Amino acid sequence: MQKLSINTWLFGGALILSMAPVLIHQGKEFKATDSINITAIEQVKPGYKPWFEPVIKPSGGEVETFLFATQAAIGSGVVCYILGLYKGRTERRKIDEVVAIVKDRD
Amino acid sequence: MTKYQSKKVAKLLAMVGLSGYLIAGSPTSAQAMHIAEGYLPVQWAVFWWVVAIPFFWLGMRSIDRITKAHPELKLLLALAGAFTFVLSALKIPSVNGSSSHPTGTGLGTILFGPLAMSVMGGLVLLFQAILLAHGGITTLGANAFSMAIVGPMVAYVVYNAIAKTGHPKIAVFLASMLEDLCTYLVTAVQLALAFPAAQGGFMAAFIKFVGVFAITQIPLAISEGLLTLLVWNWLQDYGQQELKTLGLFQQKNNLDAEIIN
Repeated sequence: MQKLSINTWLFGGALILSMAPVLIHQGKEFKATDSINITAIEQVKPGYKPWFEPVIKPSGGEVETFLFATQAAIGSGVVCYILGLYKGRTERRKIDEVVAIVKDRD
Repeated sequence: MTKYQSKKVAKLLAMVGLSGYLIAGSPTSAQAMHIAEGYLPVQWAVFWWVVAIPFFWLGMRSIDRITKAHPELKLLLALAGAFTFVLSALKIPSVNGSSSHPTGTGLGTILFGPLAMSVMGGLVLLFQAILLAHGGITTLGANAFSMAIVGPMVAYVVYNAIAKTGHPKIAVFLASMLEDLCTYLVTAVQLALAFPAAQGGFMAAFIKFVGVFAITQIPLAISEGLLTLLVWNWLQDYGQQELKTLGLFQQKNNLDAEIIN
C-alpha cells in the first residue's frame, strides 16, 4: 500500500500544479507560448519577417486542438498498453510461482 | 540542528517558495517554447541543423545497438518515445497565465541514455513541425538541440550523479525536472544569439527571452518530474526484467556507458 500512496501523491501533485493556474486566472486566455515568443522577437528586432512558412497549417483552433489531442491520445495509449502488458506479465509470473509451490508440496 | 528541526525548516521554505512563486507569477507573458517556423535567421537555422545532425546519427547507432543486443527492449523504447509524445502534446497552463508544455525526454534518457533520446525527441519535434505547425522544419535543428540533445544530456548527468548516492527516486525527479528547465534555457540562448538586442547585445536579449519563461516553466518542470517518477515507479514494480537487462535495477552499470566504452 505504501507504493500506491506515493504514486497517488505524484499524480495529485501534477494535477494540482496544472489545474491551480486555471482556477487562479479564471476567464483569462492562456496564450500559446510560441506566439508570445514571436512577440518577444518582434520587440527585440522590429520588422523581422519569418522567411519560411509552415508546410501544413492546421486550419483553425479546432483542428489544432484535434491534432494535439490525437498526439496525446496515441502517446498515452502506447504508454498504458505497455505498462498494462508488463503488469499482467508480472502478475502472471507471481501466480505461476504460487502454483509451482503448491505442486511441489503435493 | 536535529532532524526534526531541519524538516520543519524545509517545510517552511517550501511554503515561502510556493507563496512567493504564486505572487511573482502575476499575469505577464513572454517566454520561449519551441522556436516557430522561419523565426531563426537562415545562417542560425543552418548552424543548428549542422550541430544537431551528428547527434541524430549517433542516436540511430545507439538505438540500433540496443535493439540488436536486446530485441525485447523495443517495447520499452516505444514506451519512452510515447511518453515524450504525450508530454509534448500537453500544453499545460502555468501560474503566470500562459501555457507551455513539458518535454518528457528524461524517462528515456534514464533508461536508454541521452543519445537514444536525441532520435526520439527529434521524431516528436518532426511530427509537430510537419503536422501541427508547432516549431518548424527550418528551426528543427535548433529545437532538437535544446529538447533532444542538451535536455537529455543534462538529465543523464544529473541522474548519474545523484543515483550514486543511493536515492534513485530523487535522481529521477531532479533529472527530469532540470532537463525540462535546461531545454527552455537553451532555447532562450539560441534566440538571444540570433536576435541580440540593439542595446545590451546578447545578455540583454537573453534576459528578455529567459525572463518570464523561467516562472512559466518551473511548475511544468516539477509536473514533469512527478510524472516521470510515477512511470518510473511503475516500471520498478512491473518492468524489473527490462530494467535488469538495462542494468538499472540495482544501479549497477548503465548500458550507454557500456556502449561508449
